[in-house]
Amino acid sequence: TEEQCWGTWGKNIKCVCFYRNALLEADINKLGFSSPAARKTGTTICGVVYKDGVVLGADTRATEGMVVADKNCSKIHYISPNIYCCGAGTAADTEMTTQIISSNLELHSLSTGRLPRVTTANRMLKQMLFRYQGYIGAALVLGGVDCNGPHLYSIYPHGSTDKLPYVTMGSGSLAAMAVFEDRYRPNMEEEEAKRLVRDAIAAGIFNDLGSGSNIDLCVITKGKVDYLRPHDMANKKGVRTGSYRYKHGTTGVLTKAVTPLNLEVVEESVQTMDTS
Amino acid sequence: MLQLCLTVHTFFNLAVITFFYFSRKSASFYTSIMAVEFEGGVVIGADSRTTTGAYIANRVTDKLTPIHERIFCCRSGSAADTQAIADAVTYQLGFHSIELDEAPLVQTAASLFREMCYRYREELMAGIIVAGWDPRRGGQVYTVPVGGMMTRQPVSVGGSGSSYIYGYVDSNYRAGMSKEECLKFTAEALTLAMERDGSSGGVVRLAVVSEQGVERQVILGNQLPKFSTV
Repeated sequence: TEEQCWGTWGKNIKCVCFYRNALLEADINKLGFSSPAARKTGTTICGVVYKDGVVLGADTRATEGMVVADKNCSKIHYISPNIYCCGAGTAADTEMTTQIISSNLELHSLSTGRLPRVTTANRMLKQMLFRYQGYIGAALVLGGVDCNGPHLYSIYPHGSTDKLPYVTMGSGSLAAMAVFEDRYRPNMEEEEAKRLVRDAIAAGIFNDLGSGSNIDLCVITKGKVDYLRPHDMANKKGVRTGSYRYKHGTTGVLTKAVTPLNLEVVEESVQTMDTS
Repeated sequence: MLQLCLTVHTFFNLAVITFFYFSRKSASFYTSIMAVEFEGGVVIGADSRTTTGAYIANRVTDKLTPIHERIFCCRSGSAADTQAIADAVTYQLGFHSIELDEAPLVQTAASLFREMCYRYREELMAGIIVAGWDPRRGGQVYTVPVGGMMTRQPVSVGGSGSSYIYGYVDSNYRAGMSKEECLKFTAEALTLAMERDGSSGGVVRLAVVSEQGVERQVILGNQLPKFSTV
C-alpha cells in the first residue's frame, strides 16, 4: 500500500513547519527583534574502530551563539547497553533524537529477544532524520559492538549515513580528521586507540572556537562499556594566586541610620494540602 | 543603532554559518558514475567522493549499491535522497521477488526507481543508473536522471563529472566489447572525469554483474590509468 512504501516521506510535516516558521520569522524581524539562538553544540565528536571494539570521543562545550552555555555537557548519549551515540548540531535535537531511538530500540530488543544491532539503530536514525528533511539538526556518530563485531556510523542531518573505520563530525571535525588521517591504523590496541581519539578531540578543542573544555571518552567492547567522563580535563580553571578581599574595617563608616519597617498582618488564610 | 544591529546580525550569521557548517549543507554525491552493457552482463563504475560543501566527508564511498542479487544501482545527487530511495526500492523489489518466486527483472527495478523519482521530483535530487543481469533479457542498463525519466541505453554516464566524458564515451564505445574491454573503458572514462571534476575523486570502484554473480574491484589512486602528464 502507499502508506507502507512511502511511510518515511513526511511531506505534510515539512510543508506545515516551513510555512509557520517563515511567517513567525518575518513578523519578528518587522518588530526589530531577532529569533532566539538555539543552544548548539558546536562540537568535535569522533569515533574509531579498533581491535576489540569502538572508541567514541567528544568535547564538552555547549554554545548559545558566541557564549558558552554549558562548560561540561555530556555529548555521548546512551542508545542501548552495547551502543552509544555522540551528537553534534542543535543540542535539543541530538538529545531528543537519541532518546527516542533508544526507547524504540529497547522495545524492539524486547520484541526480538536479542541484543540490538548497531545497524538497526543506524536505520532508525537515518529514516527519522530523512523524514524531517534536515530540519532536525542532528549530526551523529553512532558506535557499538554487536553479534557481528564492532561498527561505526556517521549520520548527517539530512539522513545520509556512512559506515567507516574512523569518523569525525561537528565544527571541529576537520581538525580531528587531520589527526586521524595521520595516525589511524587498522586493528589498533585499546590504549593506542584511546590516545588517538583523545588527541583528535584535543585538536578540535584547541583549534576550533566552537569546541572546548574537557574530553569525554566511551570505550565499547563485547560485554563491557567504559564511560570515561571526564577522560581528560584539558581546560582546568586556573587557581587565583592572590586574594583581593578587603579586610573588615577597611572602609570607614561615617554615619549609620536604622529605619525599622513595621509590618502588620492584615489577613491570614491557611490552605491544607492533601499529602496522603 | 540600525548599523549596530546589522553588524551584530552579520557577525551572528557568520558564527551560525561556521557552527552550522554541517547542518546547512547536506552530503552530496556530485560524482562520476557509469554503466556499460556487454554480452552476458554489465560493467558498472563510480568514483568514491562525498562532499559537504568544500569538505570531503567520505573519500571511500561505495556508490554502487546492490538492490538485489544481480541488480545494482549507481547513485548520484543528494546522498540522503539516494540512500533513502535505494533502501525503499530494495525493500519493494525483495518483496516483489518473493511474491513472484523468481529473480526480478532489471526493468522492474528501474521502473520502481522511476516511480519514486518522478512522483517526488520536486523534493528529490537523485540521478540513478540501474544496471544488472536477468535471465530474460541479459545485461541491461537503465538511466533514471533527475526529473524521473527512464530510458534504456547500452552505455550511460551520470553525475557532475559525466559532462567531461561524453565526448570520450561517444567516440570510444563500440557495440560488442568483451568484459575486459568494458572494464578498461569504464576505468579510463572515470579516471578522466575524476581528473577534471572537482567533485569526483578518490578511488574507482568497479563491479561486473553477470549470470555467474558479482565481481567487485577497487582501483586505488596511484593505480589509475595515466593519460597526459600536463
